[in-house]
Amino acid sequence: MTEKLLEVKDLHTHFYTSDGEVPAVNGISFHLNKGETLAIVGESGCGKSVTSLSVMRLIPDPPGRIVDGQIFFEGEDLLKKSDSAMRKIRGNDISMIFQEPMTSLNPVFTVGDQIAEAVELHQGVSEEKAHKIAVEMLTLVGIPMPEQRAKEYPHQLSGGMRQRVMIAMALSCHPKLLIADEPTTALDVTIQAQILELMKKLRDETGTAIMLITHDLGVVADMAERVIVMYLGKIVEEAPVDDLFHKPLHPYTQGLLNSIPRMDRGKERLHVIEGSVPHPANMPTGCAFNPRCPHVREICLERMPELIKKEDGHTVRCWLYTEEGQASKAVSKEVSS
Amino acid sequence: MSKEAVNKLPEHELNPDALVQVKNLKKYFPISGGVFSRVIGHVKAIDDISFDIMKGETLGLVGESGCGKTTTGRAILRLMNATAGHVYFQGQDVFSLNKHDLRKMRREMQLVFQDPYASLNPRMNVGNIIGEPLEIHGIAKGAKKDKIVQELLETVGLSKWHMRRYPHEFSGGQRQRIGVARALALKPKLIVLDEPVSALDVSIQSQVINLLEDLQTEFDLTYLFIAHDLSVIKHISDRVGVMYLGKLVELTDSDSLYREPKHPYTEALLSAIPIPDPRIQSKRERIVLEGDVPSPANPPSGCRFHTRCKYAQDICKREIPELVDVGNNHFVACHYPLS
Repeated sequence: MTEKLLEVKDLHTHFYTSDGEVPAVNGISFHLNKGETLAIVGESGCGKSVTSLSVMRLIPDPPGRIVDGQIFFEGEDLLKKSDSAMRKIRGNDISMIFQEPMTSLNPVFTVGDQIAEAVELHQGVSEEKAHKIAVEMLTLVGIPMPEQRAKEYPHQLSGGMRQRVMIAMALSCHPKLLIADEPTTALDVTIQAQILELMKKLRDETGTAIMLITHDLGVVADMAERVIVMYLGKIVEEAPVDDLFHKPLHPYTQGLLNSIPRMDRGKERLHVIEGSVPHPANMPTGCAFNPRCPHVREICLERMPELIKKEDGHTVRCWLYTEEGQASKAVSKEVSS
Repeated sequence: MSKEAVNKLPEHELNPDALVQVKNLKKYFPISGGVFSRVIGHVKAIDDISFDIMKGETLGLVGESGCGKTTTGRAILRLMNATAGHVYFQGQDVFSLNKHDLRKMRREMQLVFQDPYASLNPRMNVGNIIGEPLEIHGIAKGAKKDKIVQELLETVGLSKWHMRRYPHEFSGGQRQRIGVARALALKPKLIVLDEPVSALDVSIQSQVINLLEDLQTEFDLTYLFIAHDLSVIKHISDRVGVMYLGKLVELTDSDSLYREPKHPYTEALLSAIPIPDPRIQSKRERIVLEGDVPSPANPPSGCRFHTRCKYAQDICKREIPELVDVGNNHFVACHYPLS
């Protein structure tokens, strides 16, 4: 019944910097079903944005390069496609919206022209028809006076309006997959609420699958059906949204969920994940989370654990859930508050 | 503003429990335009707000971009001159102090900035960054200064050998700790924290929030905590003020604010924030506000929120509602407060 729309297999995307080779995405595999909303969460530097750019084949080279892996979209490997074939897919079958709507819109063209350009290019319709579609799309995303707004330039619109224009543009060719990279991070909360409601409505109407990249667990709880948690270029946990929030398995996921202040809770002291994310060029041996993990065992310092299937659809990369890990001796850590 | 010696707050208005009393504060920024760059209008960043900050409390100020929360913090510290109104620090009018007295008073009130990357001088080592206020105010120098700096570093969870290092060698969270240590150096009574955790990752955010809470207990500090994140504000604040377009629209203790918001804007703001739990979030009803915040250069007449308020009546377009106590020190500026 569920059909895979996107399948990423063992993707490695590396960056070659002055600090050495940085494995920003270090062997990740996941899939996305048709019409599904998958969230990828993690903190800065975990590789979530690089993953989405890899799927779009938009990694700037140099310094970055996809060094290994396969990305199947409707059964075809995107990494084997020519640049011109890829251009036909981008914006047509797969669209992307970025965090900063100002920098991703062209300041010297009207927003109507920019949407129409994409439609004209991908759907081969006349200029006139493309403009009509552009205005329709602006209406769809709830922009008042769409005909007039279509003639305006990005700087004449507010942040929330610009993000609506981005969404209108992304959806103008009815993509099968929409990649939204921190779509509401730069926006105020009441505007964020508008955009999230809009994305849900459009998803339900058009059946577009969404890959949502975010660091905001509230947005994840609101939008996603399935969640992937990334830490330092690897997937550490994957679960249906309810399991992730109610039965988190990985110590990192548990730590993240406990460390966010919540409006519906009291003033109890916040849980803390000790230390900070190591630089990816200077990765610890063994499990990458071991310097910050409260449950470290000897084996964690030596070898990186595999992703282990715990329940249907719930996987975790942690030694604690293996016999080998259970048998390994706990490492005592100095406790610093 | 009067030129007499330091103005004191009249006896009958003085609140002995308040550290700071803000009275009818206004800050307008001129907009210039035309051929001769004449002033053609004003951005009303803060428009007549009054509130007290009690000794030892954390007062949260929350609102969306452009609501005037940062300007309020800076006007209280007199980092910018207000257009009108008064700020009394322990009963003394901050705006009427001369340069010498102002500098003395600045010891008592310090600021921590949002961006830990921009607020530390990259050419100074940490010892000098934290020690500079001690030297400027003639409190300590040389070995004595170094000793105080080392103690401060340990207080904020860093090590004393970090003294000789430079800002670029630290992570965002560590830099924010340095900013806090600098603010603590003069043993202030009030610290204005302007979005101190917004630039930090989730796992680092909680470390800094816990640190701020510990320091408050240890040094008996009063905080004005400015942020746009209502979850953080709710967690750390004793009382919360909600701002909209230069006005304070609601002020009460943080539990009441969350449990029973009285202003329609607060209600919408609370409902807009997704709670990180899918079971709860899927049952919540979101009040989606129409449109954007109007321009503060040309704010709506009457209640500034009436253009987006679903409960708005005729009177809301005409009359500006006063901030009044509707019981239990719950202040709200609305003609029809929610019940």
